[in-house]
Amino acid sequence: MSTQRELDDLVKAGYEHGFVTEVESETLPPGLNEDTIRFISAKKNEPEWMLEYRLKAYRHWLTLEEPDWAHLQHDPIDYQAISYYSAPKKAGDGPKSLDEVDPELIETYNKLGIPLEEQKALAGVAVDAVFDSVSVATTFREELAKAGVIFCSISEAVHEYPELVKKYLGSVVPHTDNFFACLNAAVFSDGTFVYIPEGVRCPMELSTYFRINEAKTGQFERTLIVADKGAYVSYLEGCTAPMRDENQLHAAVVELIALEDAKIKYSTVQNWYPGDEKGRGGIYNFVTKRGDCRGDRSHISWTQVETGSAITWKYPSCILSGDDSVGEFYSVAVTRGYQQADTGTKMYHIGRNTRSTIVSKGISAAHGQNAYRGLVRMGPKAENARNHTQCDSLLIGDQCGAHTFPYIEVRNPTAKVEHEATTSKISEDQLFYCRQRGLSEEDAVSMIVNGFCKEVFNELPMEFAVEARKLLNITLEGAVG
Amino acid sequence: MLTIKNLHVNVDGKEILRGLDLEIGTGEVHAIMGPNGSGKSTLSYVLAGRDGYEVTEGEVIFAGKNLLEMEPEERAWAGIFLAMQYPVELPGVNNMSFLRESVNAVRRARGEEELDAIAFMKLVRERAELVKLPEKLLKRSVNAGFSGGEKKRNEILQMALLEPKLTILDEIDSGLDIDALRTVAEGVNALRSPERSFLMITHYQRLLDYIEPDHIHVLAHGRIVRSGGKELALELEEKGYGWILEEEAAA
Ligand SMILES: Nc1ncnc2c1ncn2[C@@H]1O[C@H](COP(=O)(O)OP(=O)(O)OP(=O)(O)O)[C@@H](O)[C@H]1O
Ligand SMILES: [Mg+2]
Repeated sequence: MSTQRELDDLVKAGYEHGFVTEVESETLPPGLNEDTIRFISAKKNEPEWMLEYRLKAYRHWLTLEEPDWAHLQHDPIDYQAISYYSAPKKAGDGPKSLDEVDPELIETYNKLGIPLEEQKALAGVAVDAVFDSVSVATTFREELAKAGVIFCSISEAVHEYPELVKKYLGSVVPHTDNFFACLNAAVFSDGTFVYIPEGVRCPMELSTYFRINEAKTGQFERTLIVADKGAYVSYLEGCTAPMRDENQLHAAVVELIALEDAKIKYSTVQNWYPGDEKGRGGIYNFVTKRGDCRGDRSHISWTQVETGSAITWKYPSCILSGDDSVGEFYSVAVTRGYQQADTGTKMYHIGRNTRSTIVSKGISAAHGQNAYRGLVRMGPKAENARNHTQCDSLLIGDQCGAHTFPYIEVRNPTAKVEHEATTSKISEDQLFYCRQRGLSEEDAVSMIVNGFCKEVFNELPMEFAVEARKLLNITLEGAVG
Repeated sequence: MLTIKNLHVNVDGKEILRGLDLEIGTGEVHAIMGPNGSGKSTLSYVLAGRDGYEVTEGEVIFAGKNLLEMEPEERAWAGIFLAMQYPVELPGVNNMSFLRESVNAVRRARGEEELDAIAFMKLVRERAELVKLPEKLLKRSVNAGFSGGEKKRNEILQMALLEPKLTILDEIDSGLDIDALRTVAEGVNALRSPERSFLMITHYQRLLDYIEPDHIHVLAHGRIVRSGGKELALELEEKGYGWILEEEAAA
C-alpha cells in the first residue's frame, strides 16, 4: 500500500538547523597523544595540577576499550582522525560585551532563534554561549555575582576557583568511569561551571547553548554544577549543530552535586545533526551525565528531550547517597531516519528513604531504533527506598524499533521497585480519524506525539517546553504534501 | 448535493461495492439499511476518503466537485463528516484541544478566522449541552476509555461543532441506551436544515422514528437493491431482508 511511503515521507523532515558559520578558528590538526594534551592545556594556560589530571586520564584511557554493549551500530571511530582543539580567533582576550562578539556568531544565534539580547531582556536568562570550544559571550554575570552565584566557563573556574574545581571535578564521574568519560577528562575543551552557595536560590534560570561548528572537531564539553546546602538552581542546556558530512564525535561529561537540602533541575533539549536520509554524517553523542545527591534531602531532576544525533548514548543518572534524597529522570527520545538512541538512566539508591521516578518516552519513526536502558539499584542500606518507572514507546510506521532493557537489583527487602512499560503505534485508524476531522496528517502526528510526551514536557521550564514542542513538530513533520 | 454513479470498490482485491447508485439532494435525509457485510461501512469510508478502498469504476460528485480526487482532510473542509461506527481512541490527546484543532483547521481551510480559546470554550460548552456530553469528558483523552455511548455522543458533538454539509452517520444508534438515542437524535435534528443533508446507516427502525428520513435504501451485495419511503423500513422490520434478496435474485 502507498501508506508506508506516506509515513516515510512524513518523518523525512529536513534538518532545519543545517548551515555553517564562517568564523576563523585556530584548529589543531587531527591526532591524539600526550603532546596534544599538553597543547590544549598550554593554550588554556592551565596550572600544573590540571595538566596532570588530564595526563592521568589520558594514560588510563589508553588501557580502555570502546564499549560495545549498547544497542547501537556504527563504523569504528578513528580517534586519531579527530581534531581535539578549536577556538574562535579572539579567544585570547575574550570579548567584554556582545559588541565584541564576532557578528557571524551573533547571526548564527539569530538563525537559531536565540537572540541573546532578547533573552536577556525578556526571559531574564543568563547565557553562557559556548561556541566550539571557547566561551565567547557571558551575560548577567554581575547580577549573579550579587547573589554569590558563580557561573562561568570551566577554563575560567580553573583559574579563579581552583579549590572548588579541585574538590568537585571528577568526584561524580571519575576519569576511570568509562571510555568516553575518560577521553573527556583528558581532552575536555571547555564547558560550564556553576556554584550556588549555601541557602541561595539562583535568581534566574541558567542556560548554555552548545554548537559544534568545526568540521571533524570533536566536542568535549565539561559541565560541573554544585549546589551547596539548601541551594536551588535550574539549568538549561540546548544545542543544535550545522550540516556536516563526516561523523562528529561528541563526548561530554556533566557532573551535578547537591548537598543537604539542595535541589538541581537540569533540562536538556538536544538537537545535534542527525545525519542525512541514509544516516550519514550525523553526530555521535556519547555523554556521561551523573548527579550525586550527596546531602540528606537533596534532589536532582533530569529532564531531556533528545531529537538529534545519529547516535545517542546517554544515561543521566542519580546517586542517591543522602537519606531522603530524590532522583528524577524524565525523557523524550526521538529517532527517525537511521537514528539510533540507547538512552535511559541509572538510579543508585544508597541512603534510606530515597525515592526515584523514571518517566521515559521513546518515539521511533522510519528506520529509527530506540532503546531504553535503565538500572535501578537498591543498596543494602536503602531502607524503604522507592522507585517508580514508566517506560513508554511509540512507533510510527513499521520499520522502526523500540527496545527496553530494565535492570533491577534489590539488596534491601524493604525497598520497592515498580516498573510499567507500554508500546503503542500511531495507527492508520488514528490518522484517518484525525484527517476526517480536518487535520492534516502532520498535525495529526504532532498532536498524538505531543500527547504522548506531555508528562515529560510538563517538567520543562515554560519557554523550554514551547521550544521542545516546536522542535518535536519540526522533527516529525516533513515532506508531507 | 451528492451523486454516486455506478460505484465499484475493491477492498484487498475483493469487490465489495458493485455498481452503487445514489443521489442525495440538499436538505434531504437518507437512510441505508442492509445485511451485515453488505458494504455499508465501506461506502461511508469511500466517501470520507479512507486509504485501502480502491475505486475501480464510477464517480462521486459532491457539491459539484469530484470527491474521489480529494484528500480526506479536504473532504472534511468541504463539509463531509463521518460519525464512525467504531470511533477511534487517541490516548494522550486532550479532547477539548482536539475539538479546537479540528474546528480551527476547518475554519482556516474555509478562510474563516480561527476561534480563540475563550470563544471556543463558549461554543463547545453550548454544543456539549445539546448532546448532553458531561463536561468531564472534554478534559479526557479523545475517546480513550469512553463507554460506547459516550463515544457516539462525542461524535455527535464534533458534528455539531463542525456543522457539516453532509453528515454520514454509521450506526450512530448502536450501543446507545434509549435516553442516549433520543439525545443523539435531538442533536441531529437540531442540525437539520434545508442546507444540510444526512446519510444514516442503521439496522433498526427505532432510529428512524426519531430522525425521520425522506428516503430509505436497502444495500445488498454491494448495490442499492430497493429504495422507498418510511414504509419500507417498517416492512423490513417485519419481514427482514430475505424477500428483497429473493426478488432481486429472481429479477
Ligand atoms: N479491510 C478489509 N479487508 C478485508 N475485507 C474487508 C475489509 N473491510 C471490509 N471488508 C469486507 O467488506 C465487506 C463489507 O464490509 P462493511 O464493513 O462495509 O459491511 P457493513 O455493511 O458495514 O456491515 P455491518 O452491518 O456489519 O456493519 C465485509 O465482507 C467485510 O468483511
Ligand atoms: Mg458497518
